[in-house]
Amino acid sequence: MDFFDRFAIPHPSLAIYASMVAIVLTVIAIVVGLTYFKKWGYLWREWLTTVDHKRIGIMYLISALLMLFRGGVDALMMRAQLAVPENTLLDAQHYNEVFTTHGVVMILFMAMPFIMALMNFVVPLQIGARDVAFPRLNALSFWLFFFGAMLFNISFVVGGSPDAGWTSYFPLAGNEFSTSVGTNYYMIAIQIAGIGTLMTGINFITTILKMRAPGMTLMKMPMFTWSSLIANVIIVFAFPVLTVALAMGTLDRLFGTHFFTTNNGGMDMLWANLFWVWGHPEVYILILPAFGIYSEVISTFARRNLYGYKSMVASMVIISLLSFLVWVHHFFTMGQGALTNSIFSITTMAIAVPTGVKIFNWLFTLYKGKIEITTPMLYALLFIPLFTIGGVTGVMLGMSAADYQYHNTMFLVAHFHMVIIPGVVFAMLAGLTYYWPKMFGFMLNERIGKITAWTIGISTLVAFMPMFFTGLDGQARRMYTYSESTGFGPLNMVSFVGAIGLAIGFILLVYNVYYSIRYASRDISADPWDARTLEWATHSPVPEYNFAIVPHVKSEEALWDAKKKRHILFQGNYEKIHMPNNSGVPFIMGSIFFIWGFALVFSLWPLAIIATIGILACMAHRSMEIDHGRYISVKEIEETETKLRGAK
Amino acid sequence: MKIDHSLPLEYSTEENRLKILGFWIFLGAEIMLFGTLFASYFTLVDRIGSGPSGKEIFEITPVLIETIVLLTSSFTIGLGVHAMRIGRKKAMMSFFVITLLLGLVFLGVEIFEFIHYVHIGAGLQTSAFTAILLSTLGTHGLHVTFGLFWGLFILLQVKKRGLTPETANKSFIFSLYWHFLDVVWIFIFSFVYLKGMM
Amino acid sequence: MFIRKKYYMIVMLACDLYHLQKIVYMFLPSKNLERGIDLKRFGALLTLVFTIITVLTGCESLLVLDPKGPQAEVQANDIKMSIYIMSFIVLVVFGLLAYMLIKYRASKQGKDYEPPHIEGNIVVEAICVGIPILIVAFLSFMSVKSNYAVESTPKGYENKKPLVVYATSSNWKWHFSYPEENIETVNYLYIPTNRPIEFKLYSHGPITSFWIPQLGGQKYAMADMVTTLHLAADVPGEYMGRNANFSGKGFAENTFNVKAMPQDEFEDWVKEVKGTAKPLTEQKFNELLEPGHLGQLTFTGTHLGFLPPPEGENGGHNHGSHNAKMGTEKNEASESILESEHNHH
Repeated sequence: MDFFDRFAIPHPSLAIYASMVAIVLTVIAIVVGLTYFKKWGYLWREWLTTVDHKRIGIMYLISALLMLFRGGVDALMMRAQLAVPENTLLDAQHYNEVFTTHGVVMILFMAMPFIMALMNFVVPLQIGARDVAFPRLNALSFWLFFFGAMLFNISFVVGGSPDAGWTSYFPLAGNEFSTSVGTNYYMIAIQIAGIGTLMTGINFITTILKMRAPGMTLMKMPMFTWSSLIANVIIVFAFPVLTVALAMGTLDRLFGTHFFTTNNGGMDMLWANLFWVWGHPEVYILILPAFGIYSEVISTFARRNLYGYKSMVASMVIISLLSFLVWVHHFFTMGQGALTNSIFSITTMAIAVPTGVKIFNWLFTLYKGKIEITTPMLYALLFIPLFTIGGVTGVMLGMSAADYQYHNTMFLVAHFHMVIIPGVVFAMLAGLTYYWPKMFGFMLNERIGKITAWTIGISTLVAFMPMFFTGLDGQARRMYTYSESTGFGPLNMVSFVGAIGLAIGFILLVYNVYYSIRYASRDISADPWDARTLEWATHSPVPEYNFAIVPHVKSEEALWDAKKKRHILFQGNYEKIHMPNNSGVPFIMGSIFFIWGFALVFSLWPLAIIATIGILACMAHRSMEIDHGRYISVKEIEETETKLRGAK
Repeated sequence: MKIDHSLPLEYSTEENRLKILGFWIFLGAEIMLFGTLFASYFTLVDRIGSGPSGKEIFEITPVLIETIVLLTSSFTIGLGVHAMRIGRKKAMMSFFVITLLLGLVFLGVEIFEFIHYVHIGAGLQTSAFTAILLSTLGTHGLHVTFGLFWGLFILLQVKKRGLTPETANKSFIFSLYWHFLDVVWIFIFSFVYLKGMM
Repeated sequence: MFIRKKYYMIVMLACDLYHLQKIVYMFLPSKNLERGIDLKRFGALLTLVFTIITVLTGCESLLVLDPKGPQAEVQANDIKMSIYIMSFIVLVVFGLLAYMLIKYRASKQGKDYEPPHIEGNIVVEAICVGIPILIVAFLSFMSVKSNYAVESTPKGYENKKPLVVYATSSNWKWHFSYPEENIETVNYLYIPTNRPIEFKLYSHGPITSFWIPQLGGQKYAMADMVTTLHLAADVPGEYMGRNANFSGKGFAENTFNVKAMPQDEFEDWVKEVKGTAKPLTEQKFNELLEPGHLGQLTFTGTHLGFLPPPEGENGGHNHGSHNAKMGTEKNEASESILESEHNHH
């Protein structure tokens, strides 16, 4: 019986039992639905085995939205718990689990796949490529992320969630103080997803460096592609640090080593250092592509070229370098002395300079423009003021002596939410709305879209501005409750109202998707926003080969100049197109990784060994396989093109 | 696939060129991986708890054997790639076989070394120092183990399919990997063993 | 009084929302608003920014901005100064944004207006880089200065003999050992005013962070190293202290009370403790270390004798397992360390 005990939730509650039932019912519904509508074959052929960057992008998008709601529910529970003093909605253990999963899910399983979704969908189109450099690897990246995320999520109902914070500081996360398997899930699920991310990094650097359309030099690339390139370079250099840190943490927890323990030489500070050597660049992995989206959106709807292209690129390169030199600012209070703190204080504040350059460049892009406020543009315009608040408070946090007062308080929480929500989430919503017609061939409703944007924008302010004040008043972060005499009550209630507002905003987003699927016109052009870059030069939705003829690029705004200066993008005749074959191996390998991870979480060694052999067998299969891909004939291309042109 | 005959076989197609660049980027990530391990090693090297220090457990003989064997294997795989470039399949295969055998010897000695450490009370769970020592060496060792299987599969393919753009590309990338492991070992040899013994 | 201040702030925030609403209207596609005078909208924006500033400056009563000691004062001054500078930047960005939006909206332009192609302008970009660099340089200078200030004996207190207090955390309590006075308390801290206090921090478990907002910022307490925090209280009074770093289930309640009093009162208290409190035995201390919450306790003697702090030769890299650490055979070594501490002062 002992064997089964460890799978039980150590600290169950009604909510957990309810979600168990909900999960089982959902799975049954999906299985029955797929069987009833005879969609198993379709699902397998068109999605699970696909290596098409566009479909992979859409799968990332769906996962990210699902995870957004999971993390959002966590956030609502937290804000509800803190809305009034001495609330008993959640107890300490549940609250700890909830804020831990909220952080992990939002950063690693929501923001990351959202970025990946847009990068996957947009980058090959923007550079005029047929796919990414390694399509099969790309599919594997997705499935590793997906199964990593799933593994993390089942912790809620099998064995218990991690409860040591998303930073998972040791020794709190070590065996000495954390007895459930929760932190095992953290270590292994993030490891699996992280390997996928690392491979994405390699894939996209190669793609962007080697597969650009003829004529597109580096300094003629659209800004989103530039930002993706730099973000992926950061991925390649930052993620291996996380890999090592997580491996050490796993060894500590599963094999009793003494990397981060309190005895036998273990060093808790090493985890904090390694975590943030990865963690800070990670912030820029998220924010740079978001900046790229804003650059595209602002320039499109200001109807003007992006101001200061070169300084935009330069500032991103400088940010990427500085991002590796600031990690100590996450623990100025660790006692490393005035000199170290001073150095990292200066490097931290220095990041404000290139970031400021970007803000001013966007503002000057509006100058002499013809500004049209569409939904994506509205997100971008809300981003500038809100992000500025988040940014300047970041500079304040960078002053290390003052940071002794901000650290670990709600002030810090307010700061990074004011950076990440306007910076990353708004950008993703802007990108989602902007690229929706390219993905699905119809547009999201503008009216509902604008109401959504306003709801989310204002709610962000209402939810997070009060935290600056409670932080300065001594409310530490991660407290599951507080007494009435602290006086934190009213402002926390305001935050709760803001959180509800955010929830309403995201429900409106879903409603918009539903509404637009039902009512939006399918009769739209390939370029509904009158945009400027190459991805709008092909049909909506995009055929699997992206471009029937490889475009020739002469300027950084290829499509705009084709429209205005009569540059010719597509020359020559159709030729047969080489495409990669679909493959089920990435999906199967991802599933085996899931089993492998599950086996490690619960120390089921025989299963872990079998799974390891399974993974190696997949790799051996890949090594021995002969796959030259396939060709799309000229006739097929002609048929597709005529059909798509007719649909316009 | 278009084959460009002015380039060496392993670079001759677009796909091959992409793969080689991608692998170089992967090696960049590997440098960060081992860099992190080294940084952690230097942080934890003095934190021996109640266990032994490096000076007390390191022995020169097995380490020297490992070093010589691995350096030689790096040389032989270089010869193998040279043979491949001039189209001599048999010579190439022989050099690859020698390389893998040397790798196997390396691995054998390293396993012997590990057993020895555990025997004298420097196991994985002894202290922060032994944990990072065995993890750093172990990560390198796992890379070598993986390389042995990978190399074997490539050898089988070269034998069966001859020197095609695909097999040449795989062999070349494998040689990059093997050289990289050698470079990592030079760092381990200098900064873990030599520095530890001094 | 305490609660009322909060309501005042909510009212101020509500004012903000009112202004925000105004701005919202500016963007909504509504016909009658098109007639609105640009300056009025701009004015609304300015008011918004000024309201934010007033709210910020009106919060002198927030704990962190209400310092009762020299270190907290350094930090509060830094915070206020940076808020002013940052408000200026926010103002500039908001102003520019409002200007661009009002002036260059499509509805204001002719149908045939074609926005020009403008590359960067070296002068404009130099200003956009130069001014932030100047601001950051100034803030860096201030930051470095304050770093050295908060990391040393408070200014004006250099000639006074510091009181050394070992503040150690365990799940989820604070233990305060006064080695010179040879007494120990749990979950409450008495300190003399007008005398520098040197806190030696470490943890018997997870990383915690020792924080008394009104006396100064926090610092970590960790298992394998002793950190030092310099504080002092100018004014007698009771202050809130807590662990600010998440440390598990009992984290929220991991607080302690601080009472600052004149030196003679402090000495009376020490005398009283010595006369009345029970001695702290190793067995008793091990009981105290058990996870849980305790009220306020007082003992004579300190735990530093039988459980030496992780500094010097007991530093993290040298100690073995917990049992060895808790063993009595190291008593002598730790006493000699404590003696050297005494000599040091």
